[in-house]
Amino acid sequence: MIIHVSLGALKQMRWKELALRFGLGGAITAAAGIIAMKFGPVIGGLFLAFPAILPASLTLVEKHEVQKKAQKGLCGSRRGRQAAAADAAGAILGSIGLAVFGFIVWQFAPNYATWLVLGSATVVWATVAFCLWLIRRQVLLARPIKPRH
Amino acid sequence: MWADLGLRFVLGGVIVSLFSLLGDLFQPKSFSGLFSAAPSVALATLGLTFLTHDRNYTSLEGRSMLVGAIALFVYTQLVTRLLMRRPCHSLTVACWALLLWFGTAFGIWFWVLQR
Repeated sequence: MIIHVSLGALKQMRWKELALRFGLGGAITAAAGIIAMKFGPVIGGLFLAFPAILPASLTLVEKHEVQKKAQKGLCGSRRGRQAAAADAAGAILGSIGLAVFGFIVWQFAPNYATWLVLGSATVVWATVAFCLWLIRRQVLLARPIKPRH
Repeated sequence: MWADLGLRFVLGGVIVSLFSLLGDLFQPKSFSGLFSAAPSVALATLGLTFLTHDRNYTSLEGRSMLVGAIALFVYTQLVTRLLMRRPCHSLTVACWALLLWFGTAFGIWFWVLQR
């Protein structure tokens, strides 16, 4: 489970998929703005952590795994679900980092410059998420392997 | 207003796409999944909010975002468990689980933030 860069995933990407992510991301950002205008920042702020992209991302992850297996003449539905589950497991850790991001904005926005608050909150999100991933990886590696019957 | 929404759409789309591409670049999948919960929408929205509203407004959005992130944590837990244990399509699971996100986020809003 060493982290590595995979350019093959970018080659698998279709323009339609990129356009879908752009459209969904833009739509939820605009919608969050409309909700905040209409109902105020307390309701509007909830949607800054709305999982708008996750359904599309998980679907694409599953689809790409199924396609990879299909190219070898295999059924990849179980592998696709497992890959999507792994992606969602990563999002669990990212959501904890996202909560810390929100906390930093809540506490420091009134007194510090925009770029400093958002920049440091982003760095802290990345650090927290990465550290949690490392801890999870160590816990999983330390587990004894159950023998299969 | 339309110019503001157009700017939010473009900025949000660009930042979300960038984080998504970053997620696709990395393996294993559990690591790339971190980017699925990146603060992409928040960066676009809060960046513009800082320009158009006072800082206390932005602080309130941050507090609510913390609540939304707790709901996201619960949501991703459910999605992960269902995908691991049930032969369900990921889109079906991810969309139905949104009900849990709404329930958790607005539940906390009602019991904690509104009071």
